[in-house]
Amino acid sequence: MPTIQFQLNGAAAAVDADPDQTLLDVLRGRLGVTGPHFGCGAGECGACYVMVGDRAMASCDMPMWSVADKDVITVEGLGTAEQPHPLQRAFISEQAMQCGYCVSGILISAAALLKRNPSPTEAEVRAALDRNLCRCGSHNRMVRAVLRAAAETATS
Amino acid sequence: MSAPSPVPKLPVSLAANPKLSSWVRFSGEGGVAISPGKVEIGQGIVTALAQIAADELDVDIGRIELIRASTAASPNEGVTSGSLSVQQSGRALRHVCAEVRQRFLAAASERLGVDASLLGVDDGTISGPGNVRTSYWELAGDVSLDQDATAGAVAKPAATRGVAGHSVQRVDIPDKVFARSRFIHDCALPGLAHGRMLRPDISGARLIALDERAARAVPGLVAIVRDGGFAGVVADSEAAAEAALKALRKGATWSAGELLPDEDDLAGFLKRQPVETTVIDTRAAATTKRAARTLRQQYTRPYIAHASIAPSCAMARWDGDRIRVWTHSQGVYLLRADLAIVLELPAENIVVEHMEGAGCYGHNAADDVALDAALLAKATGGLPVRVQWSRHDEMSHAPFGAAMAVEIEADLDADNEIIGWRHAIWSNGHAARPGRAAQPALLAASEIANPYPRMISTNPPAANGGGGDRNSVPLYDLPAWTITSHRLLTMPVRTSALRTLGAQGNVFAIESLLDEIAALRGEDPIAFRLRHLRDERASDVIRAAARRAQWKPQKQSGTGHGVGFARYKNTGAYCAAIAEIEGTDDIRVRRLTLAVDVGEAINPDGVINQIEGGAIQATSWVLKERVRFDRTRITSTSWTDYPILTFNEVPAVDVEVIQRPEIEPVGAGEAAHGPVTAAIGNALFDCLGVRVRNLPITRDKIIAAMELAS
Repeated sequence: MPTIQFQLNGAAAAVDADPDQTLLDVLRGRLGVTGPHFGCGAGECGACYVMVGDRAMASCDMPMWSVADKDVITVEGLGTAEQPHPLQRAFISEQAMQCGYCVSGILISAAALLKRNPSPTEAEVRAALDRNLCRCGSHNRMVRAVLRAAAETATS
Repeated sequence: MSAPSPVPKLPVSLAANPKLSSWVRFSGEGGVAISPGKVEIGQGIVTALAQIAADELDVDIGRIELIRASTAASPNEGVTSGSLSVQQSGRALRHVCAEVRQRFLAAASERLGVDASLLGVDDGTISGPGNVRTSYWELAGDVSLDQDATAGAVAKPAATRGVAGHSVQRVDIPDKVFARSRFIHDCALPGLAHGRMLRPDISGARLIALDERAARAVPGLVAIVRDGGFAGVVADSEAAAEAALKALRKGATWSAGELLPDEDDLAGFLKRQPVETTVIDTRAAATTKRAARTLRQQYTRPYIAHASIAPSCAMARWDGDRIRVWTHSQGVYLLRADLAIVLELPAENIVVEHMEGAGCYGHNAADDVALDAALLAKATGGLPVRVQWSRHDEMSHAPFGAAMAVEIEADLDADNEIIGWRHAIWSNGHAARPGRAAQPALLAASEIANPYPRMISTNPPAANGGGGDRNSVPLYDLPAWTITSHRLLTMPVRTSALRTLGAQGNVFAIESLLDEIAALRGEDPIAFRLRHLRDERASDVIRAAARRAQWKPQKQSGTGHGVGFARYKNTGAYCAAIAEIEGTDDIRVRRLTLAVDVGEAINPDGVINQIEGGAIQATSWVLKERVRFDRTRITSTSWTDYPILTFNEVPAVDVEVIQRPEIEPVGAGEAAHGPVTAAIGNALFDCLGVRVRNLPITRDKIIAAMELAS
């Protein structure tokens, strides 16, 4: 099996993998990075999103060959309790979830949006999160949290 | 309202599990372990329970550790459902903690030589005059909690609670934003193997032959398990398990299945089946006014999928003839009872332990996959096995919320006042949960070589809120009524408990017809409702929602407003909803304004979160959701075929909580669905002058209704 090299959360990663294996499998399996969640396996729900460059993308149908030399960020790479990403702080402040299973993917979509557009409108936030499904109905709280994170970043 | 006087009776969960130490313990390091029998299913219950405990014990909420429910140690609180967790677990914990505090104050009094009435507790430190002090933790050796609760303990008066009643941040949210694993899907047990299930696409088909050769060749395969029609694979990685399953599927031969109903004639199907008929309630009129006319309408709702974002998942590990199971089931003891039947083991050989899954909205496949894991793990020689269902199976093999047909006949006098009311329901039962019958309810139990019959769903008794009949008895003061429930005795599409059981369908029907009658009379629909209500708390939520939504805004072309109300189960939370919609042939819900009364709101933001979430989920059900099938199989097996409301489509939701600290708390999780469903339907009429009585309210149905009207 070929060795595939990429950047994962800012550090160099090298995995011997079947090039057709999915990134989500490698992350959750061999690498033990369980922030990205399995939801559907078809790129339809967003629970498995990772950031590649400045785009949120489904990792459940992303073959490893396509990841070579890419810069991949998972929710683990956004921040920690000690050094939280503004979005993580804002999701706590707004209590922006119920079960939280979809949240890691939603944080990634939001982080990718703020990278491209640091001060989005509410409509832009909704559009950016529209491919992420939430079944508990916490959408509006999440939108408020993203707007709060953007506002805090702008004034800090 | 006066504060209820203390009654010498234990809360129901405590009466069943009276030992104090089964609920609360002090740990050496200044911690307090709280052990409820209810489980976190995304509703924030562990935080509300921590608040109650922190308040009664006078400790900082940060000291409280919530122990996940397990049959090894937890109180048996049945199932986490029916919006009863605050009501049952919360009341029990409040009582337990009040009594524990009292016992510790007595012990402190003895040790310090100070009268207990002069002692106070501050963050677990007990102190009194003369600077004397001790703490729960210093006294823990002196006070045995291995004693039964007594009925005498009195909780703090509402006004002195400092934590309960406030919007404390949820204790589980930091873990979830920082990806610190709480979900069963993420748990890494040493040596963990991965299981996948082979199930038919054809509904009711049985596995009759299986060529295992291709699957056996998959690297990483640990075992192929087959027991009659039950089959699955175990492998050393998820990828290998998926590959083995794919190979195994190619070698499977299935029998023919069972005929499914016509998805476009649900009412016809439901009404043609053999049924068990129950008269739920009757009220005879005092006078025998003659009806000038009878208005008769039929309402339907389709089968609805739980459709959690995560597929169901469980882990199991055998040790000889003992087994440990990890599950996101709503009821660890109930699941254990069914596992004991199928595995032919005494219950004490089985430990079932809860771990969080994704949001749970009722009886999904959590219990089914636990048996799958137990059966697959048998073949691994003691390795733990995690089984995760596919999205496809989650959307086709898990139980659905039952389809319903509701017919109401309203007798009206010459002024179009209601003088008689007949409400009839045709539906499968709304519950087929495990642990409640001599036969198991778990899917694999009907697949194994010596199969158990598939359990036909039934309805909980009226005392528990009923099932198909839930919320079918009007809260309105109508002079006469008869409510009849017809429960199907066949079940081609598997049904069990989904949020609100029958309440969504019944409230939709009642509130739609009331709206229609108010319109016939030319009476404002809110005034009409208030005129028929005798319960002030009911009127209060309606008035609060109306005020907040500035009812009724001036009519503008292309917009509409509608109202819906219910008291969940007629004994739980009061909720009124006002929907504002826009559209010409396809509608968009712009805003939902709700008012809710749960008595004492332990965590007001938690209540708002539940109501918001319920309102959005209900909007999704009303506008988009319908389990699809042809005559042989469920066809809505992906998010493309079973779309739910997305970020661009969700309405603004505004919630007012009427806080009543002096009234015992009830849950909020299911209060919004019925009222929101009705409010949207009624707003459609206000907007376009037509009614769609068969959910979901889609563009096609609106156009058809408009064509019929013109």
